[in-house]
Amino acid sequence: MSKKITGSEAMCRALLAEGVDTIFGYPGGAIMSFYDSLYGYSDRLRHILCRHEQGCIHAAQGYARASGKVGVVSVTSGPAATNVVTGLSDANIDSTPLVVITGQVGVDSLGTDAFQETDVIGITLPVTKWAYQIQDPEEIPWAVARAFYIASTGRPGPVVLDFTKDAQLGLLDWDYERIDYIRSYDPDPEPNPADLSTAAALINRAERPLILAGHGVMISGAEEALISLAEKADIPVAATLLGLSTIPSDHPLNKGMLGMHGNIAPNFKTNEADVIVAVGMRFDDRVTGRKDAYAPNAKIIHIDIDRSEFGKNLKAHTSIHSDARRALEALLPMVNKASHKEWLDSFAHAEQVEATEVMERELHPTDTEGNALRMGQVVRKISEATGNEAILVTDVGQNQMMAARYFKFTRSKSMLTSGGLGTMGFCLPAAIGAKIGAPSREVVAFMGDGGFQMTLQELGTIMDLGLAVKIVILNNNFLGNVRQWQELFFGGRFSATPLRNPDFVMIARAYGIEAENVADASQLDGAVERMTSSKGAYLLNVNIETTDKVFPMVAPGSAVDEIMLDPKRRYSPAE
Amino acid sequence: MEKQKKRFTIVVFTENQVGLLNRISIIFTRRGLNIESVSASASAVSDIHKMNFTLFSDRETLEKVIGQIEKCIDVLRAFLYTDDEIVYQEIALYKVPTQRLLDEKNLERIIRVHNARILEITRDYTVIEKTGHESETQALYELLKQYDIQQFMRSGRISVTKSPTEHINHYLEEASRRLNRKEEQSK
Repeated sequence: MSKKITGSEAMCRALLAEGVDTIFGYPGGAIMSFYDSLYGYSDRLRHILCRHEQGCIHAAQGYARASGKVGVVSVTSGPAATNVVTGLSDANIDSTPLVVITGQVGVDSLGTDAFQETDVIGITLPVTKWAYQIQDPEEIPWAVARAFYIASTGRPGPVVLDFTKDAQLGLLDWDYERIDYIRSYDPDPEPNPADLSTAAALINRAERPLILAGHGVMISGAEEALISLAEKADIPVAATLLGLSTIPSDHPLNKGMLGMHGNIAPNFKTNEADVIVAVGMRFDDRVTGRKDAYAPNAKIIHIDIDRSEFGKNLKAHTSIHSDARRALEALLPMVNKASHKEWLDSFAHAEQVEATEVMERELHPTDTEGNALRMGQVVRKISEATGNEAILVTDVGQNQMMAARYFKFTRSKSMLTSGGLGTMGFCLPAAIGAKIGAPSREVVAFMGDGGFQMTLQELGTIMDLGLAVKIVILNNNFLGNVRQWQELFFGGRFSATPLRNPDFVMIARAYGIEAENVADASQLDGAVERMTSSKGAYLLNVNIETTDKVFPMVAPGSAVDEIMLDPKRRYSPAE
Repeated sequence: MEKQKKRFTIVVFTENQVGLLNRISIIFTRRGLNIESVSASASAVSDIHKMNFTLFSDRETLEKVIGQIEKCIDVLRAFLYTDDEIVYQEIALYKVPTQRLLDEKNLERIIRVHNARILEITRDYTVIEKTGHESETQALYELLKQYDIQQFMRSGRISVTKSPTEHINHYLEEASRRLNRKEEQSK
């Protein structure tokens, strides 16, 4: 008979069996036994000690999305478990694979308001793909195998394993088998041939087709299939926020980003298109604007692995229930070679107007207040300084939209942002995880002065690990995106948005991170040069014009073809 | 799509796993849908549980809800039915002071007409049971009110479909084909 081991030891072995080599975590009372076992595995399981549990989970998200692997988190019970709830919700809505191990009090103390006891399963059920409490050590192999299978397959998502003290301390016979089947769960449905035929026929008849590329394209590794299909049938491609970097920025068929602050052409042309091929995206309200005025002329083909997305936000003409890659690879031979020159050329007007009326003032400002900089010029400068090859990590708000608009991509999986949940404070820890998950790549983190201060304690993690994360604070001393809405829609009443900020450069230096202020445009080139040539972490605190606003804009309640160029003017195709 | 609200029954087939009822009811709560009744029990298939929810809502909303319920791990299938598609039943218990009933000349008629039965009689109270649709158990309630009902409880709806096809069996066949394919692949 084999020698029995503790549940904590079994958890370490189970993680190794699932190919884990990195854990983001923070110890505490109810997880100490596991941490004690982990000590013996420190050569194979690298533990990244973040400075707050929210930092741990966002770092794991960044790691998962940059590496394509499952992000693993371990924290203690009670407040630690509640501190990861934001990250769980974020990962759930942005389809990020995570396995989060939360310590839990002993089984006898459950439900008694014991010290640091909280109902983790009850709290996390609505924001996880699966949540399970391990009470008996014998359940560990099954629960961990199931957790990794569920988190990483189908539409990926976060899983919680609530690891009671009894399960950590109790003994079991070690035996591990990975799982690749759950009766109630089909993560890899085959596309229905009839749906494929309908879709192919629609595409082959289309005169004004448009592809919308969502996050699902990258998750399924369908980039090549998508580009091949677009090239064969000569179809313009627009990306959602999380779909950015699917197709290189300079690809002739890439028509830019959709959504509230997306590019004019793909938004406007959505309502002229006769066939829309929506791949791995979910028609979020930020993408569709007013739904009853969205794509009125189009037959919509919706490809998604999550069947509950069909008809949830928008009725499609045809839906294909499968992995984006399987669907696109199956469609490719069924789609005719075509040319849509006239349709493609018709995007030029909107592109031209956007370049001259919106982008020019961001990229080459001549009239900023107090010689401050504009966000677009900073983003573009840094993008180019990295050869457009860096992983972009953003926070939420104006910095996010400006980074998404002005950063350029040459490689896939290069855009990490909190899309669905819009979590301020996501950026800095996510950038840490991205750098650990993709160590050979440059990681540039853009955030506002507000979001930076939500998780700036993670500078400690960067210092600790000596991580070469490049941090750019687009600092306008305001909660800029709310300020923009207040200016545009609330009569300029700046309720609770001005920020009195500390000296961010001093803060960075206190953590041993090189940092400098960029007060005006004359200092930008030198500072960016020093940042990109630095071998370590680097922080730029950039003085951004307070009134800098993100345009174009599909204002809330507007249709996607009602696009503001600035506070006073609307895009008109007849201009 | 019908937008008009009416009563629907949602039938969910699940594995026997902890916390599923909670996970499913969260989906209703999130959309502000009030569950009118719930019941759960074994199904005709061994190891598979069956839950019944009744709600007042519109078909379009509930079809989205069905999608989200089916997305839960360990949920096998969920179905949406209108009242005419199922045979359904509820059970109600009424506890009434015995003395008041003894004074009633029509007691026999009441029990007979309503097809109710008496489960227990003590000096103090009598327990009457009736199964039927809600309107029927309610009608008896209205009648017994005059005798000062001390306690009353109605169960959740239970149902079976009128459909000749057992959809859950099809699902299980599909799932086992999926397992066979997996096993063949791994050979």
